[in-house]
Amino acid sequence: MSTSVITSRSAEGRNKQPLSFALGGAVVAFMVLVGLMIGPAGPQWWRIPAELLDHVPFVSLNSGVSRADWNLVWQIRAPRVVLAALVGSMLSVSGASYQGVFRNPLVDPYLLGVAAGAGLGATIVFTLQRETTSSWIIDPLPLAAFIGALCAVLVTYVVGTAFGSVRSGTTLVLAGVAVTSMLTAIQAFVLQRNSDVVRQVYSWILGRLSSATWGDVRLILPYVVVSSVVLLLHRRLLDVMRVGDDEALALGINVRRVRLIVVLAATLGTASVVAVTGLIGFVGIIVPHAVRLIVGASNRVVLPMSMMLGAAFLVAADIPSRVLASPAETPIGVVTAFIGAPFFLLLLRTRDVSR
Amino acid sequence: MTAIGFCDLTVAYNGTNAVVGFNDLLHSGEWLCLIGPNGAGKSSVLRAAAGLVPYMGSVAINQTEIPAASARWRAQHIAYVPQAPVIPTDMSVYEYVLLGRNPYINYFSSETSHDRDVIDRVLNRLDLVQFSARKLGTLSGGEVQRLVIARALAQEAPVLLLDEPTSALDIGHQQQALELVDSLRREQGLTIISAMHDLTLAGLYADRLVLMHEGHRVAEGTAKQVLKSETLAEFYGVSARVHHEPDGTVVVIPQRSSHL
Repeated sequence: MSTSVITSRSAEGRNKQPLSFALGGAVVAFMVLVGLMIGPAGPQWWRIPAELLDHVPFVSLNSGVSRADWNLVWQIRAPRVVLAALVGSMLSVSGASYQGVFRNPLVDPYLLGVAAGAGLGATIVFTLQRETTSSWIIDPLPLAAFIGALCAVLVTYVVGTAFGSVRSGTTLVLAGVAVTSMLTAIQAFVLQRNSDVVRQVYSWILGRLSSATWGDVRLILPYVVVSSVVLLLHRRLLDVMRVGDDEALALGINVRRVRLIVVLAATLGTASVVAVTGLIGFVGIIVPHAVRLIVGASNRVVLPMSMMLGAAFLVAADIPSRVLASPAETPIGVVTAFIGAPFFLLLLRTRDVSR
Repeated sequence: MTAIGFCDLTVAYNGTNAVVGFNDLLHSGEWLCLIGPNGAGKSSVLRAAAGLVPYMGSVAINQTEIPAASARWRAQHIAYVPQAPVIPTDMSVYEYVLLGRNPYINYFSSETSHDRDVIDRVLNRLDLVQFSARKLGTLSGGEVQRLVIARALAQEAPVLLLDEPTSALDIGHQQQALELVDSLRREQGLTIISAMHDLTLAGLYADRLVLMHEGHRVAEGTAKQVLKSETLAEFYGVSARVHHEPDGTVVVIPQRSSHL
């Protein structure tokens, strides 16, 4: 009899997952819809859902949206919303994975040098006469940011594993802090010699989605998909690693290999989104923590939920960024921190995050 | 039949030898207890067998040498209970015990119903069923110890390594934990190697004691053979009386240095 009790209990625990995932999916869909409906110009917001339905095959509705207005929605707003969703989901799932693999609630890819490396790469491009370089066949800005981010993490990884004890993740995080401050110093030096680009670099660092095109979406989509799939496949192993490196090893996990793969995947995905949108801070920390407070700390749920709520969060944060100072843009990084920080503090107050 | 064998096991940390040429053979169902002062190399023997530290020499299970690169194979044959297990406080008891099935689950797949059956059996056996939904942070020290043993049992490994299994427990829970291990050993034919500080308890439960000192084996045998006051004085630097109960129990009683 007692066996049936536990079976039903564990079944209960499993049955909650699809419900959470369905709710998460609904939140994303809702936020995407809202994101498509709101903007400084374009058709009346309430006409958009009908127009969207009209584009579903075999459905015909007269929504009263003109062709020009629809183009505005489809070419300006839609790529921006999709890009925000991809970036938000990538940053969040990377943050959640980093926190899992290092068993440290404060790490995300930015901490291992992604942010500083990308920042330095972008700064160098800005100093090279942006007017000419932006017309090259391949825009060097995202490329430089991408390469900068990857190189920074590579240096961190090599230094961290060479000098640190073999399996400790803490050394790696400390190496990341050192590499970050060194790259930031170089960036400051370069900027000081080229003070004319300070404004451009600063605005890049704050992150923006304003110039999003379908091309941007296509550019990062492969990276985001591959990285996310790899991370999601590791979610059960990340749960085993919650008992620490030694015990995970004794339970048959090749801890170093798993950590390397997860760090690589999360870094690659983050570097690709950073290259296109600049540094959008705070997402990789607050979204996974908010998710843990809502659904518990099991990475099997935290990773997929972070993807969904991260997407919804960034789409939502992008709305004030468009309309707050309309027609000017408020940098999305400012909005994520400005909304995110108090929201996060509120969550901390309601539930004890240290558990 | 030999369950686990050590051949010339040597463990070194940064050039300093922690264990030197450790040899032993345990037959199936045997309980060996490693004793010795702090830093004698007891834990290092266990950690080497569990694959947590690099070592020279070899460790074999059923006469098969453990493949160096396979953490999974090792985990299917050796379960390790650390001295201070990491307890993720918001993990549920069920989830925690389920981690013990990891060696049987393929890299990217998840638990089968067989794995869940094993967990249900283990939880039943250790009377943890009523806790299965509880968070680890809400459990007492004795319950946590039982839980860590449950996770080790879920590994279905023939060899169980216990590093200081009772150091964090009160005398009642110490007894309960060791009685539990002993009954599991009898039921399931587990082979057990433990490292312990409490010499009386060590002698009470283990078939055989091995006294280690600075990485070397210095004495071996039954409690009666190993626990002698001159031996303890030599290697622990302790002044203790050894008392023999009529039932064969060997009791080690520390003595105060005489203040006149």
